[in-house]
Amino acid sequence: MRFVDEYRSAQVARRLAAEIAGLVDSGRTYQLMEVCGGHTHTIYKHGIEDLLPAEVDLVHGPGCPVCVIPMGRVDDAIAIADRPEVTFTTFGDMMRVPGGSGSLLEAKSRGADVRMVYSPLDALKIARQSPDREVVFLAIGFETTAPSTALTLLRARAEGIANFYVFCNHVTIIPAIRAILDSPDLRLDGFIGPGHVSTVIGTRPYRFIADEHGKPLVVSGFEPLDVLQAVYMVLRQLAEGRCEIENQYTRVVREEGNPRALEAIAETMELRTTFEWRGLGFISQSALRLRDAFAEWDAELRYEVPGVRVADPKACQCGEVLKGVIKPWECKVFGTACTPERPIGTCMVSSEGACAAYYNYGRLSRNRESRLVVT
Amino acid sequence: MDQRERRVLEAIELRRRKPAKLRDERVTLAHGAGGKATQVLVSALFLDELRNPLLEPLADSALFQEGGTRLAFTTDSFVVKPLFFPGGDIGSLAVHGTVNDLAVVGARPLYLSAGFIVEEGFPTADLRRIAASMARAAREAGIAVATGDTKVVERGKGDGVYVNTAGVGVLERDNELSPARVRPGDRVIVSGSLGDHGVAIMIARGELELEVELESDTAPLAGLVDTLLEAVDGVRWLRDPTRGGLATVLNELALAADVAVRLDEDALPLRPEVVGACEILGIDPLYVANEGKLVAVVAPEDADAALAALRSHPLGREAALAGEVQAQPQGLVLLDTAFGGSRIVDMLVGDPLPRIC
Repeated sequence: MRFVDEYRSAQVARRLAAEIAGLVDSGRTYQLMEVCGGHTHTIYKHGIEDLLPAEVDLVHGPGCPVCVIPMGRVDDAIAIADRPEVTFTTFGDMMRVPGGSGSLLEAKSRGADVRMVYSPLDALKIARQSPDREVVFLAIGFETTAPSTALTLLRARAEGIANFYVFCNHVTIIPAIRAILDSPDLRLDGFIGPGHVSTVIGTRPYRFIADEHGKPLVVSGFEPLDVLQAVYMVLRQLAEGRCEIENQYTRVVREEGNPRALEAIAETMELRTTFEWRGLGFISQSALRLRDAFAEWDAELRYEVPGVRVADPKACQCGEVLKGVIKPWECKVFGTACTPERPIGTCMVSSEGACAAYYNYGRLSRNRESRLVVT
Repeated sequence: MDQRERRVLEAIELRRRKPAKLRDERVTLAHGAGGKATQVLVSALFLDELRNPLLEPLADSALFQEGGTRLAFTTDSFVVKPLFFPGGDIGSLAVHGTVNDLAVVGARPLYLSAGFIVEEGFPTADLRRIAASMARAAREAGIAVATGDTKVVERGKGDGVYVNTAGVGVLERDNELSPARVRPGDRVIVSGSLGDHGVAIMIARGELELEVELESDTAPLAGLVDTLLEAVDGVRWLRDPTRGGLATVLNELALAADVAVRLDEDALPLRPEVVGACEILGIDPLYVANEGKLVAVVAPEDADAALAALRSHPLGREAALAGEVQAQPQGLVLLDTAFGGSRIVDMLVGDPLPRIC
């Protein structure tokens, strides 16, 4: 496929792998966190770890939109979906996320009108086509998806569509990275920075990671060669004793981000004082709500929801997995009580979740040293 | 990989092999997706209640002997949406689906039944189109629709029309096709491009606003199977990778035969349209349904002859060697990625594309 194949070349990968091997100091380990779930998915789907020396350990971060939604918010979503007048729309992965009382998929099988959409605009289209229904869109995701929710709200207002509501669960990436850097039980050497988020916010907001915490970060694209090159760039900084915010994904990401997308978010949404993240707890100013000017479209104002904080099941260690403190397989219930078909934790639901990625793609006894290809 | 991780993986494998319990209180769409949930529903509920030696293997067709004749018997239901799509319609699909379930057990299809559940208000012109398409497909496959049934449900209680077909075939060859015959070293061959049907249906629904010219591959496989079995003796196992795609049938094989299957991503025949659409939808073509493709496991010494035989048939021109059977790790399907790494290809969870057949 044009424009994709060139980022998947095995030949280039082998060359890059050899250069990476050359940068590695044997006798020390390198813990690099890929913040974004999209990278986690790419790493497992293409078997990138097979190309890395054993000294390099990729730690999976919190950037999986589905994974960070707390159980209480899922219950709130189900309470809205259960209302007879509501057509509830959401991205596919959210359907299977367990709350305190089941999932949206189970609500659907009980008779709730829950539909999978590919974009908030699809939800708006349903609202336009069924004026007798109240159509609610469950908005999730980082700065990557917030602009499309924002544009949909602007369009709903422009067209005067009154039967469309947004249940806003958008979160922001920087406070999550801050929380991880402040976490005492983690020693990271560097970061592979999110690509799509950075398309919107640019690379400047990451500077504190280098300036205050002394860790390098390289913003990376999502093709396997992008990730491999980002690993190379982080290791090179470490080898040269540098600590900078670099951009591997220059074909898409600009230093200043996308001002128009940021404007659309700012026009429709504002920071919440605090928001609960699954596993990470409450993080101040880490999520978005609709501005008062868009109150008419705010599902949280339209419907009464339980709004109860539901504690994660005791056995579930999604929090530690999201912070990169433990590997998916180190969780007590991984793969036995918690599987993709019966997930206990969110990390096992989304294809971007570290547990699901490891279970579905990585569950393989391998001897990395013997597979390492150095030409 | 350290000892602890290895122990966790072993525990997971043990768990995977245990018969699963049905714990859902209600049926969800996942139970119809052909993956893990379907397996659990079928084995823990239907097989549990209806258990008998013919049903027990849960093969594509039940095999039995009557008066010295070996027969195969199967059934399949069709709820595809939309009813008409590029390359076929629910009528041709209903014939091909059942014919193919007979063909892959090595049977020559003889007769079909057809049951129609029609929604009140459905245009008779469309019903005629479907029946005519079934007739055409049956003629091509050399069989007759010998019996049928019609039911009508109130408006809103069906979705246009659902079709069920059942089929009987006769086994005239001595080939035993079974996971029990599969050995490490055997080759895995696919008869052509993967995922065409599922992606064509998805695009025909028009919800994605993708402009792609792609036809369903729906076709009767009896002739292709016959050509293959005639040419080589070393065919161990055959399947038509419908719902759940190639990944699902190979996982079933790996578990049933206690072997590993290793696929080579570079060798998989995939149309660029399918790769592109799957890329955009975030789904893996290995899990997308086919309705006119065959996957064969063949003894290594017969692999070249099998490929040549398949390629000599119009439906097998793009046949390709896709992988190999290994002894270890038992029960798993592995993929050597085009990028130079490797990964697992597990059973499907959930349903990326509902109602494609």
